[in-house]
Amino acid sequence: MKRRLDIWLIAGVLILALGVWGFLRLTRAEGAFVVVEIDGNEVAKYSLEKPLTEKISSPWGTNLLVIENGTARIAEADCPDKLCVNQRAVQYQGESIICLPHKMTVRIEGGMESGIDALALLGRIPPSDKV
Amino acid sequence: MDTKKTARYGLLIALAFLFSYIESVVMVPLPVPGIKLGLANLVVLAALYRMGNGPAALVSVVRVVLAGLTFNNAVMMLYSLAGCTLSLLVMILLKRTDRFGMAGVSVAGGVMHNVGQLLVAAAVVETSALLYYLPALLVSGCIAGIVIGAVGAEVVKRLPML
Repeated sequence: MKRRLDIWLIAGVLILALGVWGFLRLTRAEGAFVVVEIDGNEVAKYSLEKPLTEKISSPWGTNLLVIENGTARIAEADCPDKLCVNQRAVQYQGESIICLPHKMTVRIEGGMESGIDALALLGRIPPSDKV
Repeated sequence: MDTKKTARYGLLIALAFLFSYIESVVMVPLPVPGIKLGLANLVVLAALYRMGNGPAALVSVVRVVLAGLTFNNAVMMLYSLAGCTLSLLVMILLKRTDRFGMAGVSVAGGVMHNVGQLLVAAAVVETSALLYYLPALLVSGCIAGIVIGAVGAEVVKRLPML
């Protein structure tokens, strides 16, 4: 009996993981902007279309943000663990790279239109015919 | 606390501390941060099954604080502390139900360690974007838990009640 519950627990965790992964996969959309936040405050916003190399400095340290080919990544960091450098490039809405020691996040946001379209599809607001 | 007990705690804490050190040195670069085997949990698991809840909690917290002061920074220690507290609570609860083997208890501990860290991280950087890490952390916590649980069961089998 003891073993049986163990297997249900493991199965439950794996199903939850699969569920979250599936949900994120199905709801993902192409991003448009790269938003940089330090300690929860937005400090910069860049277009994902324009290639860019920018130093992000905070009281805790520095990260080098690189935007190219419609993706964003951290190329260099002066933190001890370099976890953010090892993370793969982000490009979809809601994806992010997080540097915990520097309290810095790089998050991908979508374009304005996609949000309005989604709301219009849900029937919350009528689709805008202006612009 | 008699001398024998003090020596025992010292030994267990030293062992857990050593495991933390090994894990901080042998770091595997992975696309998702925070994935590790959690070797130190082996000591906590053994303490939980052979000495009881209190000693397991003591070993776990002292280990995290020592490791935090020695090879991690204060911010990272906060994450570890949240992870180890949540992990310990869930392990004690599951063990108390007496319906789970060591593998189950260890898996719950591993997964909850990751969930606790993720929750503190979400509070610190104030973003829900961390949801993206959840699937990988759940699966890795599960695998690490199974491995540590299996090894732990063998270790505990050979240990007398302390």
